[in-house]
Amino acid sequence: MTSASPFSRFVTGIGANTRAATRAISDVEAWAPQVVTQMARLGVASIPIALFIAVFTGVVLALLASYIFTGAVPLYFVGALVGKAIMMELGPVLTGMALAGRVGANIAAEIGTMKVTEQVDALETLAWDPRSYLVVPRVVAATLMFPVVTAFAIGVGVVSGWITSVNLLDLSTVEFEKGLRVFYQFKDVWFGLLKSASFGFAVALIGCRHGLATHGGAEGVGRQTTRAVAEGCMAILVLDAFWAVVLL
Amino acid sequence: MIRFDNVVKRFSDRVVLGGVSFDVADGGTTVLLGRSGSGKSVLLKHVVGLLSPDDGAVLVDDRRVADLDEDGLAGLRREIGYVFQFAALFDSLTCRENLELALRRRVTDPGEIDRRIDDALTMVRLPDVAGRYPAELSGGMRKRVGIARAVVMRPRYILWDEPTTGLDPVTTATMDEMMLQVRRELGVTSLVVTHDLSSAFKIADRLVLLHEGTIRAQGTPDEMRANPDPVVRQFIEGRPE
Repeated sequence: MTSASPFSRFVTGIGANTRAATRAISDVEAWAPQVVTQMARLGVASIPIALFIAVFTGVVLALLASYIFTGAVPLYFVGALVGKAIMMELGPVLTGMALAGRVGANIAAEIGTMKVTEQVDALETLAWDPRSYLVVPRVVAATLMFPVVTAFAIGVGVVSGWITSVNLLDLSTVEFEKGLRVFYQFKDVWFGLLKSASFGFAVALIGCRHGLATHGGAEGVGRQTTRAVAEGCMAILVLDAFWAVVLL
Repeated sequence: MIRFDNVVKRFSDRVVLGGVSFDVADGGTTVLLGRSGSGKSVLLKHVVGLLSPDDGAVLVDDRRVADLDEDGLAGLRREIGYVFQFAALFDSLTCRENLELALRRRVTDPGEIDRRIDDALTMVRLPDVAGRYPAELSGGMRKRVGIARAVVMRPRYILWDEPTTGLDPVTTATMDEMMLQVRRELGVTSLVVTHDLSSAFKIADRLVLLHEGTIRAQGTPDEMRANPDPVVRQFIEGRPE
């Protein structure tokens, strides 16, 4: 008998967890009271790192756009490029990557530690399904909060690009705003936020899967946490391409 | 009654349980003895369906644990309290919340929940720790809160996994007294896993010695003390190999 490849194990694992989570969703009493707490832990606490990344992304994008457009395209296009790139791609993806590290590691390490200290077994012996009690609230919270954090990051990134353009480039606020408005479509925003919701879902689910698969003490927790972060980042890139193919 | 019927369990190629059969009589305390790594805790986990046998069966009141669906298993688990070796309290919850979690699906009246939690913490002689987190307690206190979490459900059975391991002699004696008190006051059936002989002989109605994956001997404390089997003698007298 040939053993399954890592990729097929990965896909099978995601599928099994998704099915299990779907079944667990019906146990509302177990997960609903924890969602707000998890939203604060996974989402609100992640806002500073997301904003930090957004500030520097906005700066670099404005300078890069100016470098590319100077002498070829009117400079107000800087606003268009900053807006489009941050709303549709860099905001969701860079925020997602940062949160894959922070949120994915947090979930995998916490649940992994609970697993190796028999807290997950204890939960089961108390007649609670760990999928309902541990997985669903985290997945729901991450799915709801990734777009919120991304929205903040988009706003800050655009403002950062505008401030950079006004102070470091030969561009006025009116010109930057003109560029921003000329190519703006509502789809730019919902496309980015929809993507980020899917990133949150995947990152949380992968973190939970690796947390629940932990064995072997502290070393096992470290191993599963690393895997959760790596697979979370991979999932974001795959989903990013998927949404681009489907929606653009 | 809990019945182990020719239970076989393998992990990869390693046979941990090679056909274990014995009964845990209602109302009594059965102590499962054995050296470290002999499969005692593995056997305990079969009773609540945390593990399933590769062969044979574990029956609780004639229900085959491995055949129960999710609802059946949840129902069974509501009848069984489990005291974990290192307590396995939820770090993120206070002691009161740990006990509350055990009750939330069994009792709906908030007054009754409070009363039961207070009674359970008083029984384990820790009435003042309700608002503290497990990390703020000593190992012995955590184990006692673990016992409170098991008894607060008023179960029919309690499974004790190494309740005295790692404790000082005074705390060990307190734990022994607590196990006897739980039996006396709640009338539960206990299955205790330990390799602490002094504790075992103090609390047991019946002792079972697990050796190399099979039952080597079983009987009352007096019968075990008189057992001439060299493996039993070596274990009881604590002689090296």
